Amino acid sequence: MIQLERRPQPSRFWSFFTPVVAVIVTMIAGGLLFAALGKNPIEAIRTIFYDPLFGEFSFYYRPQLLVKGGPLILIAIGLSLGFRAGIWNIGAEGQYILGAICGAAVGLAFYPTESVFIFPLMIIAGLLGGMAWAMIPALLKVKFGTNEILVSLMLVYVAEQLLASMSLGLLRNPEGHGFPGSRNFQSYESGHNAELIAGTGLHWGLAAAFIAVILAYVLLNKHILGFNIRLTGEAPRAARFGGVNPTRLIVLCMGISGALAGMAGLFEVSGPSGQISIDFNVGYGFTAIIVAFLGRLHPIGILLAGLLMALTYIGGEIAQANLGLPAAAIQVFQGMLLFFLLALDLLSNFRIRFAAKGAV
Amino acid sequence: MKFTKLLATAAVAMGLATTAMAEKTKVGFIYVGPVGDGGWTYEHDQGRKAVVEAFGDDVETVYQENVPEGADAERAITQMALQGADLIFTTSFGYMDPTINVAKKFPNVKFEHATGYKTAENVSVYSARFYEGRAVQGHIAGKMTESNIIGYIASFPIPEVIRGINSAYIHAKKVNPDVQFKIIWAYTWFDPAKEADAAKALIEQGADVILQHTDSTAPQAAAQAAGNVITFGQASDMAEYAPFPRVSSIIDNWGPYYVARTKAVMDGTWETANTWDGIGPGMVGIGEISDHVPADVKAEAMDMVAKLASGEYHAFTGPINKQDGTPWLAEGETADDGTLAGMNFYVEGIEGSIPN
Repeated sequence: MIQLERRPQPSRFWSFFTPVVAVIVTMIAGGLLFAALGKNPIEAIRTIFYDPLFGEFSFYYRPQLLVKGGPLILIAIGLSLGFRAGIWNIGAEGQYILGAICGAAVGLAFYPTESVFIFPLMIIAGLLGGMAWAMIPALLKVKFGTNEILVSLMLVYVAEQLLASMSLGLLRNPEGHGFPGSRNFQSYESGHNAELIAGTGLHWGLAAAFIAVILAYVLLNKHILGFNIRLTGEAPRAARFGGVNPTRLIVLCMGISGALAGMAGLFEVSGPSGQISIDFNVGYGFTAIIVAFLGRLHPIGILLAGLLMALTYIGGEIAQANLGLPAAAIQVFQGMLLFFLLALDLLSNFRIRFAAKGAV
Repeated sequence: MKFTKLLATAAVAMGLATTAMAEKTKVGFIYVGPVGDGGWTYEHDQGRKAVVEAFGDDVETVYQENVPEGADAERAITQMALQGADLIFTTSFGYMDPTINVAKKFPNVKFEHATGYKTAENVSVYSARFYEGRAVQGHIAGKMTESNIIGYIASFPIPEVIRGINSAYIHAKKVNPDVQFKIIWAYTWFDPAKEADAAKALIEQGADVILQHTDSTAPQAAAQAAGNVITFGQASDMAEYAPFPRVSSIIDNWGPYYVARTKAVMDGTWETANTWDGIGPGMVGIGEISDHVPADVKAEAMDMVAKLASGEYHAFTGPINKQDGTPWLAEGETADDGTLAGMNFYVEGIEGSIPN
């Protein structure tokens, strides 16, 4: 008879190791899935986890890991602050879109002027755009007590419509023969978020992600705001008695997460993606939620989780093209990762006791 | 000593392997949807299978499905080029800039981009004159409708889609002056839920014919449920809904083109081209017109197909005015490809405006 016993404190050991175990269990279950599809499971797992890092073409894939992981990390860091305080911003995807639209609009307004001031202005516009979009659910919650999960999520769909409208109207490339999509920033030097060192995949968005990781770490460990965030999440009543202002905290956490998501959108639209188009957003804002939890809402954890997630994406693509695995199998594989992580959370919150039936 | 020998053996083995691989022509395909979408991507994958069938062991094909347009597409295409593909077909409009970017880095690989307009030394573009099929649909729809309301599920307001709407409208109007088009923009190529919603909304507004420029069979199912609405298969035959509600279809037939281009790469005769083929060369097929359509209408439609194929009739033949009443084509004049390729206006009689 197996019994579960709630731990007085979550186990430090298990909260550190469950992500590792979850990855291993995912590999095993994923391997079984791939075997059931008639593929060699060892080869499939190797293609996903090993080839991008050390395979024949890793010179190309390693930088791509950074390109793919950068926005995930940047968004997840912002989300983790709110999540720690029990403020659930689910709409980072929308804030990401708005950041891209606002930043790109500023850049395109200056076209074809060349100046070193344009890109910083675009970053500020992206940041403000994302923040403003996040302020809608934040202020509605503060003023009217609405549910920020629902409002922020619904605003994603509004943002997608806005994106479609922008690609077809206001921001459409006037030289694009009537086709949707803006001018491409890759051919507009002042507005292009180019690689800082050629061939490394390192662009300003990654630099911003690394800075965000460091700042979040300092904030959570050394700053009173970080303490208040943690206190509110772990003991809301104590926080209230301790003088934490919940209104201020909601606005701050939503604002920071929106700003970081908006910046991620701007860095993406001006760099790897290059243009505002109807299908510009590919789900970074949602995947970042998984990254935040996979990284245990800890800045360093998020950094690693973002890179791991990027690895499953890129490895998954290679497996699709080289082994003929269907795209759906790769998505199931990624879903398993989150599923096992949440399931294994049991280990950090509960102790498993093996006891004879009837024994006390 | 042993180690160096091992290395040497490995090098020889790899060298052999590379030459053995090099004999096979590797052809890659990038798909925007799943291969089982029953429409657009499904037909491209049929084209890939035609290549396999034509060349057997001399060719190796690879594909990647559900590739988002944008930065991810660039990586997917690069990855195929790195893995030694000799020819890569990128099968959605949004892959245009990524294809051009990757092509610059791999001058020895040939690229073929569907439905775009940017070419390069090693990038060709190809598309089909789907509007010829729309003309046939418009004719049948205009004859068959009783409510005189035809519903149209449009995807994105790009020239290809607008061309289809205009072509269908012109030919429906020609046989039924009272006909009215209701257009819903779904902003997706493939989303069964959205497409079904659009179809239901159109049926509620009185449409008894549904034309779709989206790739799933969801509108067909919605029409079937309604019971008195006819539809046309899009991109693929969608024959599972025949003979009713699906009464005919436009079939994209990429196989012959893919086989020809692969052959050109094998023979070293590949050159940049801008291909836009219609019913005549077989790139656009008209699916069997079912018995739900009266025999005389079917005969007229078949006659139109034959005339479009032979070039005797052009789907855009004047007199045609633009929506605002300004003349576009004079009596007997036919549209030039440049105007058609960038078409951004409705013809006279269509209500509403193109969203922007």
